[in-house]
Amino acid sequence: MVTPSLALQVQALRKSYGDVVAVAGLNLEVRAGECFGLLGPNGAGKTTTIEICEGLLAPDSGSVLVLGKSWENESQDLRELLGIQLQDTQLAEKLTVDETLTLFQSFYREARDVGEVIDLVELGEKRYSRVGELSGGQKQRLAVACAMVGDPDLLFLDEPTTGLDPQSRRQLWDLISEFRAAGKTIVLTTHYMEEAERLCDRVAIVDHGRVIALGSPGELIDSVDLSHLPAPEPRKTHATLEDVFVSLTGRTLRDE
Amino acid sequence: MSDAALLSDAIREDRAPRLSRSARGFKGHPMVQLTLVRFREFVREPEAVFWTFVFPILLAAGLGIAFRQKGPEQIQIGVVSSAGADASVVAAMRNDSTLITKTMDDSAGALALRTGKIALLVIPGASRDSVRYVYDRGRSEAVNARLIVDRAIQSGAGRVDVVKAGDTYVTETGSRYIDFLLPGLLGMNLMGSSIWSLGFAIVTARSKKLLKRLMATPMSRSQYLLSFLASRMFFLIVEVATLLGFGYFAFGVPLRGSLLALLLIAVLGAISFGGLGLLAASRARTVEAASGIMNFIMLPMWVFSGVFFSSSNFPDAVQPFIRLLPLTAVNDALRANMLEGASLAAVSPQLLIIFVWGIMGFFAALKLFRWR
Repeated sequence: MVTPSLALQVQALRKSYGDVVAVAGLNLEVRAGECFGLLGPNGAGKTTTIEICEGLLAPDSGSVLVLGKSWENESQDLRELLGIQLQDTQLAEKLTVDETLTLFQSFYREARDVGEVIDLVELGEKRYSRVGELSGGQKQRLAVACAMVGDPDLLFLDEPTTGLDPQSRRQLWDLISEFRAAGKTIVLTTHYMEEAERLCDRVAIVDHGRVIALGSPGELIDSVDLSHLPAPEPRKTHATLEDVFVSLTGRTLRDE
Repeated sequence: MSDAALLSDAIREDRAPRLSRSARGFKGHPMVQLTLVRFREFVREPEAVFWTFVFPILLAAGLGIAFRQKGPEQIQIGVVSSAGADASVVAAMRNDSTLITKTMDDSAGALALRTGKIALLVIPGASRDSVRYVYDRGRSEAVNARLIVDRAIQSGAGRVDVVKAGDTYVTETGSRYIDFLLPGLLGMNLMGSSIWSLGFAIVTARSKKLLKRLMATPMSRSQYLLSFLASRMFFLIVEVATLLGFGYFAFGVPLRGSLLALLLIAVLGAISFGGLGLLAASRARTVEAASGIMNFIMLPMWVFSGVFFSSSNFPDAVQPFIRLLPLTAVNDALRANMLEGASLAAVSPQLLIIFVWGIMGFFAALKLFRWR
């Protein structure tokens, strides 16, 4: 297979729920082999965009090419190539870690060894424990393991570290970095700017269903004029990605 | 394979060895895994095991004991003892072994009658040639008591029957309440387990976004749904065997028809109810909503389809509708097989009704099904 240089190509994407416009003409390109972050306040359209890219939602209009394939014609092939972690999936509580991964493994024509994936997410000690007995961080690692067991070329992670303690978060960062180092592509959404700075080669800031800023974290940080930050931000000599985010999307609270 | 392909495979091998599906063997097949998940989720839910296997047996045992055959039924009779009443009335009644007589005064007699402790109150007249019976004409038991008491008193006073009548007593297995009840419980259980097991599992998976997560994998939707039927078939055999075995060994409930035909009726019934379960679960997003829909589907059948009492008790006008309910068809077919030894051909109208419900259920469910 010829590896396309673009892992994801989204053009003029639109999606509305009744009167609410979730995605309003969004364009996006993710290069093969990069870790790409989708940032934005609650309700900005991140999850809707990512679910359309995952083939779980149909857009109202616009085009999506994933690994050079479209959902209309090659959905079955695409499913084999993608690893997906959704925002609030609860896996079956009565099954063990091993049973859950063996189930997900069975869906793929080609897959990774269950034991190996369990070691990768450091759940070896919990291999035969029920999902219901796992901590929040362990459940999240299992969700990522389920996304990886099919040996995907492209991994979609929707807020993978939300609600995790610092240790669990760092463990997941390592996992994502390793996956990226193996030459695979990752698209993730997050609310943590530190996470995006650490992990992502490029980020897109999304608000009101559109991309309002795009670039590497470094580029975006350099573009911020510290003197224009909304008061009362403490005086800083270096901007952070969080400053970029707040200066672009404002300080008004967004509720889902 | 080209060199380039070999090379790219080698790079892959270096990082993460891939297992093809054939390398994962029989247990690695998605259909096997999905069915195993159904098994595990069921046996790890003690409540589900209780309601499916233990509850029907407890119900059959309880009702079977409550309505067991006790030989000739004995009737409680009250006699008002008043001064000057003829003792021969009481003596005549004592001669009949089906009557249990108690003497009581006026007010105690009235109370016993009102509270149903006695079926009939006998008030002997002042002289030998009159007697008064007090009873509720609407109770068949009371009317029966009046006939028996009157016969005893009349023959005690010297009436001679014109026609000599002899009685031959029979007790027929197959005509007792437990014989009627057990096929009904089996039918009810087939309906309940099929509808609950599919409905709950699917709606729970949907409400936890697990269904959506599975949709994000290459899993085949039809295999997902078929896995429910596959595990249902296994538990069905266990369910049928325990309930029938219990009825057969504990109460001697007859199994006059072919066991294979009986199993076929049960399988067809379970699949058909599975279609209704799928329909009940096709759109609901919460378990609460699904419970409501499932009860709405099942409640009329619990009442009308002849589980605990014959559906012929309902007015003639509604009989055609009752006949068309799937549980009525299942119960009728099971009873015909077990009690009358009827062949599959003899119950083909019922099988057709069951089949049509199944087709309609699956068709509508797949049209409506919400995979997210």
